[in-house]
Amino acid sequence: MRATFVASEVGHGLRRNLTMTIAVIITVAVSLGLFGASLLVRAQVSTMKDFWYDKVEVSIFLCSKGSDTPSCAGGAVTDAQRDQIRSDLESLRPLVEDIYYESKTEAYQRFQDQFENSPIVDNVTENALPESFRVKLSDPTKYEVVASAFAGRPGIEQVNDQRQILDKFFRLLGGLQLIALLIALSMLVVTVLLIVNTMRVAAFSRRRETSIMRLVGASNFYIQLPFLLEAGIAAALGALLAIGTLIVSKAVLIDQVLAPSFQFTAFVGWDSVVAIAPLMLITGVGLAGLAAFFTLRKYLRV
Amino acid sequence: MILFDQVTKLYVNQQRPALDDVSLEIEKGEFIFLVGPSGSGKSTFLRLVLREERPTKGQVWVLGKELNRLSNWKIPALRRQIGTVFQDFRLLPNKTVFENVAFALEVIGKPSSHIKKVVPEVLEVVGLEGKEQRRPDELSGGEQQRVAIARAFVNRPMLLIADEPTGNLDPGTSIGIMKLLDRINKLGTTVVMSTHDSQIVDQMRRRVIELESGHVVRDQSRGVYGYAR
Ligand SMILES: Nc1ncnc2c1ncn2[C@@H]1O[C@H](COP(=O)(O)OP(=O)(O)OP(=O)(O)O)[C@@H](O)[C@H]1O
Ligand SMILES: [Mg+2]
Repeated sequence: MRATFVASEVGHGLRRNLTMTIAVIITVAVSLGLFGASLLVRAQVSTMKDFWYDKVEVSIFLCSKGSDTPSCAGGAVTDAQRDQIRSDLESLRPLVEDIYYESKTEAYQRFQDQFENSPIVDNVTENALPESFRVKLSDPTKYEVVASAFAGRPGIEQVNDQRQILDKFFRLLGGLQLIALLIALSMLVVTVLLIVNTMRVAAFSRRRETSIMRLVGASNFYIQLPFLLEAGIAAALGALLAIGTLIVSKAVLIDQVLAPSFQFTAFVGWDSVVAIAPLMLITGVGLAGLAAFFTLRKYLRV
Repeated sequence: MILFDQVTKLYVNQQRPALDDVSLEIEKGEFIFLVGPSGSGKSTFLRLVLREERPTKGQVWVLGKELNRLSNWKIPALRRQIGTVFQDFRLLPNKTVFENVAFALEVIGKPSSHIKKVVPEVLEVVGLEGKEQRRPDELSGGEQQRVAIARAFVNRPMLLIADEPTGNLDPGTSIGIMKLLDRINKLGTTVVMSTHDSQIVDQMRRRVIELESGHVVRDQSRGVYGYAR
């Protein structure tokens, strides 16, 4: 094996086919960039799920004077009903992790805090806000257990699961991620086709060299190696471009722009980027190598 | 060295076989002229020896190996023991004379110290000393063919295959090339060359194998190009 010889052949090949090489680098960068972005969105969704599911509660709103749901036909909730609900909740441990009672006064307080600078506060009186139990579940997916036990009971106006609202949001994000992934996959297919074609052109434009190599008894490996390295190097350059873009997006778009504006949620950390980057590199170089290998097997036979 | 045992070669989509039931043996150290009209199967014969084609029927033995049983990855090793020369020289236009010969050694992984030693030696054998740095387009046809012969001979192969090596050369230049091939043969390499050049064949008086429509119609030691001409 003559490393310098192979290296000079590779450099030669890359330069001779410069436009093709650039095309390969760019398509690899774009497809892997999309691929990486979709993986990052997925990591973001799971980060947000962890963050939010930890915080979501099931709210059991109790009847107040003016409530008009059938279960509130008996007027405002009585003390006996309230105590019964609390003890029933207690019996649902350990699924029920935390129980917190919020009185009308506290609800009003919280409402005022939340909409401090809004004129809406002036239009709401303490009586308009219902008292409630805030229940935290050890497993937020078991919401149905609580709902079936309490919904429609006398004295209870409504059982609300915050998770359901979040789920809608996460489904939207998941859909976006899937679309990005599908676009990324079709771009990867385009990339593979381009590499196949590039290799075909390269094998054709160097048929003189390769036919002489065959005649003097160069091994298949030696004949194909420069082509494989060229494809691999172009793909690696594209992958590095895509990874660079991903790192910049994380540092600027997420950390500088999104995170300060949306402080109520968590964003993906660098650990996700560190996990995704090698995956992009391996996918890019691996696909290019395989595409090149199978093309060359057909066009550079002994 | 070479043994054809009832070899038939039928190319796909062809009615008539290019070689039809050919049996012959070529001994070590021989110099063979392969003659016959265009399309008689000379190049096919040589391609079978190089295992560029496989016979449809029969066995081809080269350097002690039956080529049908030779697995693909062993073909390079076989070809390293066979030098090849063609009518169209097959040189790399953007490489110098030295680089063209060195290329054949580089691609089989020889170290550069070895290359620096043997390439000037072989260039001297073929009479190209002093022209190492020229490119093929700065050489005459005869000189280009000498480069090709140097490349074929640099590994001191057991066998040299030449398909009409003088086909593109004028008679005077051809004689120089023939002298060179004769010298290589005297150094111990078996030479098999196809040719249409009756003058050369008649002068050299070596073994002549004549093909016609894929059949061996004459096999004559110290033969001439043809009776009818
Ligand atoms: N690759 C191929 N595919 C199909 N038929 C072929 C192929 N190569 C050669 N032939 C046919 O095989 C026959 C023998 O061809 P070959 O090239 O061996 O002749 P030749 O004796 O070398 O002729 P020439 O003196 O013109 O070089 C011809 O009829 C030719 O058309
Ligand atoms: Mg021929």
